[in-house]
Amino acid sequence: MNKTIKSKIHQEYLESIKKENRNIRLVQLFIFISFFLLWEISSLRGWINPLLFSSPTKIGSLFIEKIGDGSLYIHVIFTLGETVLGFILGTVLGTLLAALLWWSPFLSKVLDPYLVVLNAMPKVALGPILIVAIGPNFGSIIAMGILISIIITTLVVYTAFKNVDVNYIKVVRSFGGNKKQCFKEVILPACFPNIISSLKVNVGLSWVGVIVGEFLVSKQGLGYMIIYGFQVFNFTLVLMSLLIIAVMATVMYQGVEWLERKLIKHRI
Amino acid sequence: MALLQLKSVGQTYFSRTSATTALEDISLSVQEGEFISLLGPSGCGKSTLLSMIAGLLTPTVGSVTVNNQPVTSPHPKIGYMLQQDYLFPWKTIQENITLGLKLRNQHSFENVQAAVKLLKEIGLDQTLTKYPSELSGGMRQRVALVRTLATQPKILLLDEPFSALDYQTKLKLEDLVSSTLKEHGKTAILVTHDIGEAIAMSDTVILLSTNPGRIFRTFKMPESLRTLPPFEARQHPDFSATFQQIWEELEHIEQNDKE
Repeated sequence: MNKTIKSKIHQEYLESIKKENRNIRLVQLFIFISFFLLWEISSLRGWINPLLFSSPTKIGSLFIEKIGDGSLYIHVIFTLGETVLGFILGTVLGTLLAALLWWSPFLSKVLDPYLVVLNAMPKVALGPILIVAIGPNFGSIIAMGILISIIITTLVVYTAFKNVDVNYIKVVRSFGGNKKQCFKEVILPACFPNIISSLKVNVGLSWVGVIVGEFLVSKQGLGYMIIYGFQVFNFTLVLMSLLIIAVMATVMYQGVEWLERKLIKHRI
Repeated sequence: MALLQLKSVGQTYFSRTSATTALEDISLSVQEGEFISLLGPSGCGKSTLLSMIAGLLTPTVGSVTVNNQPVTSPHPKIGYMLQQDYLFPWKTIQENITLGLKLRNQHSFENVQAAVKLLKEIGLDQTLTKYPSELSGGMRQRVALVRTLATQPKILLLDEPFSALDYQTKLKLEDLVSSTLKEHGKTAILVTHDIGEAIAMSDTVILLSTNPGRIFRTFKMPESLRTLPPFEARQHPDFSATFQQIWEELEHIEQNDKE
């Protein structure tokens, strides 16, 4: 084929991809804008109860007001800190526990039924016990964030550890490598993708744990703002907190995805 | 004095319902520089035998010795090459070929340089900083050979290393592996189910029977084939005669197996 024709067709192909992407973005933007527009109009016209559902402009002006008097920062930082700590600790501790199970097949057989029960149990129900045990503070909120993600992380990561192709281990063993070296050279790096994907799940779970924890004990944070708004019947405050949580959870998820691309670039 | 010696080695696997003898009464001595092939139908315990020589598996009975020292754990003078390359996808080629040096605590500058030189000999020095996913199947198996040779083993165990490759690549690699091993004076044991490959590459071909695996017959390859590189050996008139002979014996084993 002629070179210029080839490059021309290639150009057209690239154009068509660009066009499709542009259309997707346009429709996404359209949905976003029309959702808020419809919300605003319905609230204004009284199609929905404005006391209950508030409206985007009310939320917006409350947001600006809260930013202005500086009272929002402390709540956001508090909750964000708890969540990040909760999901990192949950993932790290879950992975450590999985490593322990991998190390000792005996222990993993012993603990198997307990893990299944613990996983099925609603961890949020442990809230009251945590508060009494740790105290109504920062500690019990983080404990909730960890508790909600640790067991599922352990199960997912341990399954991944077990499913690593034994031939990689054979390679390490044939060079005289011991169990510790098998773990460090094969098991852990081979399971990075699985650990990252459990990190993704844990972003969502930790938000649940932390917000519920704040419902129960906190004097600060977005969960506290939601429960306070509910008590004084200020649903504008509730919805504003919710929107902030949505934005932050999305940013965190994107962050994990970025990490994923960085870490597992060369996998097939 | 034989470099590697197996004395009436046997292996039995146990399960809840049965005890299966995979190998029985295998005695073998391998001289330094010799190239031996283990040939047999699938399920004759070829790979089990290789794992025992590698020290990855302890025989139920009998003993394996290298220079009269019993092999109880993976021996530094024995290198193992698997059916597929099993290069670590998260490591660069350089990190992959020096893995053995790292694990054996031989990660010195000279040894790394020697491994890189070996990679160059094999024509892949420009791939040092690449990742395995960027290489073709044949290239990857060549890198795996370098990884195995990097720790400077005396004996190389090859567990069907060409079986996952296409025919053309396989023929080229046979020549390359054969010449590399000869050059460096290595002793090799190749496990294969490919009669042609066994004849073309080895000095001695050992035929194993099944259920349980035993040494059925040992063939010394004719001098005319042993001196030739594998690809040329395949063209030699003696090749087809030897092929015919081994083929008949294999048929014989299969018939015995059915009875």
